[in-house]
Amino acid sequence: MGAYVLRRVLIMLLLLLLLSFAVFVLFSLLPADVARLTCGKICTDQTIELNRIRLGLDKSVFEQYWLFLSAIFVGRTYGVGEGAVVCEAPCLGWSFTKSEPVLELILDRLPTTIFLALGAFVLFLIGGVLLGIYSALRRGGWQDKAITGVALVGYSLPSFFFGLVVIYFVIIRWQILPFPRYEHPWDDPVQFVQTMILPWLVLAILYAAFYTRLTRSQMLETLGDDYIRTARAKGLPERTVIGKHALRAGLTPIVTAAGLDLAGLLGGAIILEAIFSLPGLGSLAISSVTNPDQSILVGVTLITATFVIIANLVVDILYAYIDPRVRAS
Amino acid sequence: MTGAFLEVRDLHVDFPTDDGTVHAVAGASFSVSPGSTMAIVGESGSGKSVTAQAIMGLLNPRAAQVSGHVFLNGTDLLECEPDDVRRMRGSVMSMIFQDPLSSLHPFYRIGDQLVEAVRVHQNVSKSQARDMAIDGLRRVGIPAPERRVDDYPHQLSGGMRQRVMIAMALINGPDLLIADEPTTALDVTVQAQIIDLMMELQEQTGTTMVVITHDLGVVAEMAKDVCVMYGGRIVEHGSTDDIYYRTSMPYTQGLLSSVPRLDEVRSERLDPIPGNPPSLIRLPSGCVFHPRCRERSRVEDDLCRTLEPELLEVSPGHTARCHLVDGTGGAP
Repeated sequence: MGAYVLRRVLIMLLLLLLLSFAVFVLFSLLPADVARLTCGKICTDQTIELNRIRLGLDKSVFEQYWLFLSAIFVGRTYGVGEGAVVCEAPCLGWSFTKSEPVLELILDRLPTTIFLALGAFVLFLIGGVLLGIYSALRRGGWQDKAITGVALVGYSLPSFFFGLVVIYFVIIRWQILPFPRYEHPWDDPVQFVQTMILPWLVLAILYAAFYTRLTRSQMLETLGDDYIRTARAKGLPERTVIGKHALRAGLTPIVTAAGLDLAGLLGGAIILEAIFSLPGLGSLAISSVTNPDQSILVGVTLITATFVIIANLVVDILYAYIDPRVRAS
Repeated sequence: MTGAFLEVRDLHVDFPTDDGTVHAVAGASFSVSPGSTMAIVGESGSGKSVTAQAIMGLLNPRAAQVSGHVFLNGTDLLECEPDDVRRMRGSVMSMIFQDPLSSLHPFYRIGDQLVEAVRVHQNVSKSQARDMAIDGLRRVGIPAPERRVDDYPHQLSGGMRQRVMIAMALINGPDLLIADEPTTALDVTVQAQIIDLMMELQEQTGTTMVVITHDLGVVAEMAKDVCVMYGGRIVEHGSTDDIYYRTSMPYTQGLLSSVPRLDEVRSERLDPIPGNPPSLIRLPSGCVFHPRCRERSRVEDDLCRTLEPELLEVSPGHTARCHLVDGTGGAP
């Protein structure tokens, strides 16, 4: 097991390296001329060229990538003399539009995104799995039909539409909640909850629909398996048969989906963050597209991708924990 | 109810489906005396497994309609509360199944699965239950049980897995063991070991057994009495000798002549029963076996097609559902 984890971590690091290169090259192919965009108020051809040299954009893509990569470990100084900008290690690039290290910008936005993702994750996972089990047990009954029907609607709703409808009714029409204004929970817990409750619920409903359907079909499949009959033949109470034997067997795909969904959410729920004006990674990504800042885009993309890769690793390790047959091979 | 430990009386099991009602079991009656072994024999779809699951209360009440009586030691299980029957499962009556690999939970250690079986019925500590699990594994001939107890099912061979299933079924000392095709999924050499093991354990414990099988070799070795089922009905019932040597129902005859026998010198080819088992939704009229029966021409007035024969007595303790049986003890 230890060797397995070690091997997977090494593969993960290799994958991250390849990924960072791909992302870096991809964004350097963008038509935007960063040197022109960030040269300052008075741009002459000369200042643009100087800026280009300062940013290292005169070098080849490979050299630039090497500078980017080494900056993560040893930091980097842009330019020389008085106008020099020092980006200390770990340096994930420097935002010249915001005059801040990219990593700092990301870390600043990350808590919001983490709170949003984790809150919704807990809600949709518990809600979705419980509804799915209930639905499977009432298979064919009106409860099952109602849940499956609602889940289908929830699954098909686009988040921008659903989010806006919720804002319109809950905040504007019925005025149950104030307009969202994000505060960190350690600054103003009440304001935090008031702002987050709607995006949590909207995300939870959108995702729970999928988990309800997945859990239901998984349960229906495992409930017909032979070892479930054995569990009943042993005289186990039905709640043990379902909550332990059937659920454990049907868990694998749920864990996979949940891991990847959590990683995706940690990369920023772009649409919902925009709708509810939450200062998370998603809105950071949007603002660096509308007000072009390539270094932020590279940073956010890399962080998001890292989450996905780590989630994959965690899911695979969980697999081995859940299913002993995986451990053997 | 004289001395029968298990008595099934007029058992009916219907499964309503969109295509019509499946009459899986239609009026099965038999009894098993304490400590003896009864075999239920028949092709796939004859209702033998459903009968077993009805006795155990394992049929989903939302899918199956069960009626009749199942007396276990005088108590009618079909009249009991589901939770009371649940408490009897695994303690008073146990069951083992055809495929031990799919019947054991793949994600739990066999020890944990045995411990769970103990602790649901007995108020013992985890370590006591674990000791009982190791003892149980030793009793069914698993070598080094104190190490094997921590294995997962996929780490054992097929025969070992079935031994684990048997250990699990017997761990609470049940009075009745139902074995549903216990050897079908195993290698031939292992089959004999498992049969020997079951008979040996029965001798030690005096457990009453019902063995469901289509393997007539298993029947000959294990059972004292045999029920032959066809189309959800018992078509012949008697001692093993009655069934093998005084066969009175053409279907049983067909079953016997479709397997090779070592105790008879035969030069002819094996002789399978023509046709397929009947649809349990639209059963044939009259005798359910008549479309496949070779003897029906011997019955006058096409009676086989129009009238379902009763279970008639061939000799004391030996009955057959056939118009050729005259009910006075004459063989067809």
